[in-house]
Amino acid sequence: MIKIIKNFARRIFSGLFKKKGEIKLGFYGSPNAGKTSLANRICQDWLGEDLGSVSKMPHETREIQIKEKVILEKDGKKIEFKLIDTPGIATKIDFEEFMKFGLKRKEAQNRAKEATQGIIESIKWLDDMDAVIILIDSTMNPYSQVNITIIGNLVARKIPVLIAANKIDLKKSNIKKVQGAFPEYDVIGISAKNGDNIEEFYEGLFKLVKKI
Amino acid sequence: MATKKKRSVRKPKKIGKKDLTIHFMPYSEIANKNVIERIKKIMGLILDKKIIILQGKLKPEEEVRLIENSMTLIGNIKDFQGIEIAAISGESENTTLFHKIRHNIAKILIGEQDAITIIGPASIVKEITQDPKKIELMLQRK
Repeated sequence: MIKIIKNFARRIFSGLFKKKGEIKLGFYGSPNAGKTSLANRICQDWLGEDLGSVSKMPHETREIQIKEKVILEKDGKKIEFKLIDTPGIATKIDFEEFMKFGLKRKEAQNRAKEATQGIIESIKWLDDMDAVIILIDSTMNPYSQVNITIIGNLVARKIPVLIAANKIDLKKSNIKKVQGAFPEYDVIGISAKNGDNIEEFYEGLFKLVKKI
Repeated sequence: MATKKKRSVRKPKKIGKKDLTIHFMPYSEIANKNVIERIKKIMGLILDKKIIILQGKLKPEEEVRLIENSMTLIGNIKDFQGIEIAAISGESENTTLFHKIRHNIAKILIGEQDAITIIGPASIVKEITQDPKKIELMLQRK
């Protein structure tokens, strides 16, 4: 109850004193869903630079990465974003999985340790977001408890959500399955890597901002 | 010569390390506990390498606390790799507005009991796949 009151007060105060236009936009999802790829795509489109590195090995992002003053423009209206790329949330981490990608035992153990800390950080940052993009790998089963848990927590905090079903360039991609799993939310199919359907994504992002 | 009759007393079965224990947890077992107590109870069973089948569903904030808790234990407890969790709800897609309202009132009063949650240690449960109507549990072969 105290937490709810605290959150409410925080939102009221941050709403009163927030620099007009600055929106904290979080990127959440499972590891390897494409959070950094999408954040990079936005940064490249509007700033001409990347936000973070991407890799096929899970848990490449193990620390919160922030890019400030990302200004998007539509119909003459400018919106300033603070992009917050978060480490992928998982319920388990086995360092031996990293060894399959060629890491030595010690390196794999270190990566696992950093990944666990990254997940804790991601969860802590949930309270600080104004809006969130949930990245779902559209080639995988969308009914993962991690997706459901993240969305449930954002709904409880009244933070608007947009779902980006990523990797539509791949054969196994199934956007309808993602839409079927989350019928109450806007789902936009994209390929963050190739930039497919990115204009529709920006449309969705501007719509999302209106819900804040 | 009379032979001695063999006694038919069976030896008690030893519970080996490779045996699997499934713990059925009725909602009443956690109903009156706060978040910390619930997490503590669940984590206690998980660390005992038990698979929990819980009547009902944890709240989203309880689920993230459970994930957070698991992450702090990875690397600090031998062989602990985290958890696998999945929940399936009894809510039907074709319910009427009246049923939805009734369901939501019941949820507020007694918690979401018409659901099942499966939680297991990742060292035993390899994967849980779920869709709206079923959950499949795949165990690690040791």
